[in-house]
Amino acid sequence: MTQAQATASHGEKVSLLRVLGPGHVWALGVGIVLVGEYMGWNFAVGKGGAVAALIACWFAGLLYTCVAMIDSEVTSTVAAAGGQYAQAKHIVGPLLAFNVGLFLVMAYTMLEAANAITLGYLVQAVGGMAGFEGGHDKPFIVLTIMFLAWLNYRGVYATLTFNLVITAIAFIAILVLFMAVTAAKVVPLNHAGLIHGETLPYGWMGVLAAMHFGLWYYLGIEGTTQAAEEVRSPARALPLGTMTGIITLLIAATMTWYICVGLMPWEYLGQATTPLFDAARLTSSVPLMVLLFIGTMFATLASANGCINDASRAWFSMGRDHYLPEWFGAVHPKYRTPFRSIIFLVPVALMFALGAPLDQVITFSILSGLLEYTVMSFNMIMFRNKWPLDTIKRGYVHPMHPLPAIVLLVLCGVTYFAVFLGYGTQLMAMMVFYIVASAWFHFHRYQFVRRGAQFTMNWPRPRGY
Amino acid sequence: MPNFAEMNGFQYLELAAWIISALFGLWMLVDMIRTNAAYSEDVLLSSREGEIEDELIVDPAHRG
Repeated sequence: MTQAQATASHGEKVSLLRVLGPGHVWALGVGIVLVGEYMGWNFAVGKGGAVAALIACWFAGLLYTCVAMIDSEVTSTVAAAGGQYAQAKHIVGPLLAFNVGLFLVMAYTMLEAANAITLGYLVQAVGGMAGFEGGHDKPFIVLTIMFLAWLNYRGVYATLTFNLVITAIAFIAILVLFMAVTAAKVVPLNHAGLIHGETLPYGWMGVLAAMHFGLWYYLGIEGTTQAAEEVRSPARALPLGTMTGIITLLIAATMTWYICVGLMPWEYLGQATTPLFDAARLTSSVPLMVLLFIGTMFATLASANGCINDASRAWFSMGRDHYLPEWFGAVHPKYRTPFRSIIFLVPVALMFALGAPLDQVITFSILSGLLEYTVMSFNMIMFRNKWPLDTIKRGYVHPMHPLPAIVLLVLCGVTYFAVFLGYGTQLMAMMVFYIVASAWFHFHRYQFVRRGAQFTMNWPRPRGY
Repeated sequence: MPNFAEMNGFQYLELAAWIISALFGLWMLVDMIRTNAAYSEDVLLSSREGEIEDELIVDPAHRG
């Protein structure tokens, strides 16, 4: 018998390491999202014009403020890895929890793949600009995924400290560009002239269609909840990190829109690959160009890094509860990370990154996120009904309940319609996938679930039961 | 087999990216196999949800 086995027989246990603070939570949430400011949000301009993109920015901002408030309250109470999966398991039931777990893994793994594709493209583009024509992007796509998986494998503290540094640099880059064009006036802004009377070129239907990519400004902020089992003080760090995260993103989104719409005609902006970097190029300032290029690379890297962290925690939690094979519920005794889940998701991410088109990967990620937000609204109402405020302690209590949950549900409905307008087939395919997966869980997998061990929170019996 | 003499700088970078990626992958695989062999499944699967040392109290609760 080895030493480890001998100590195990005396009750030695390994668990995820509680080392993170609010700054890491902020870095996890904002790190996943900030890439959306550097690229992606501008397709909303193509769908409905510059003003439609601003309206989408506001409404998507409202949607995600509701998400952040609801998340902060529930997660400060259900402080477990798996985030929304663990919340749904405690508040609704196993079948919905299984689906939410899958939404999370799919949303983050596909977003990771999309980020790796983008990084590969950026390196290839730089090679082309340096005179190396015919370069390949695949080696850099694979390197991105392998390096970040390795970093995640080695420990959560280093992983999210790395995210904190590169996310802060990417955010400061946007701030510097904003100050350069507004305060220092390195190049004149011309909003009225560039919109040139076409306030809503496709009318209100364009505004509706813009909501699809409007989500890109904030998609992923809900990922902060996955750190619940690794923060030193969940009741303080999770609400603080999440709420400061959404505030950061609202500021970054507004600055990004203002800079880009003031410098580029909406017809170009609507199909640009790297709008913020293009804005920096229009200033003709080499330091700004270098800074925004670094910002673009760092934002993409931070997003992929956070996605690996979150997808692996969701997969790990489902394994630990036997919703998936128990083998995935292992924690590394030295690094204290869900190492088997991290390794298992590497080939999945590689498959999407190397074999699927970018827009399809992004759309599947958005759809999985949207399904998750829809569940959150029901979840919140059930949470307050079953455990009213005076029955359990919460680290944060969100105001105006049930208004945020209702607003969230309405905005999700609007966004489903917006996605349906452009990607109806994918929406249907995704729904079929989740229905088949639910049938597998109900008829086959549920027999292995530890039913008695699912409810782990020290709460009183829910009201009405 | 690549012809190293005819490769340009970017192709060297590509080759380096493949090699480093393989090393990261190999390192993780070897470590996972070693860890699986060195520790019993009871230890590796001993993590339980809800085992939180810190009490979930913020006093007073932040409202709004």
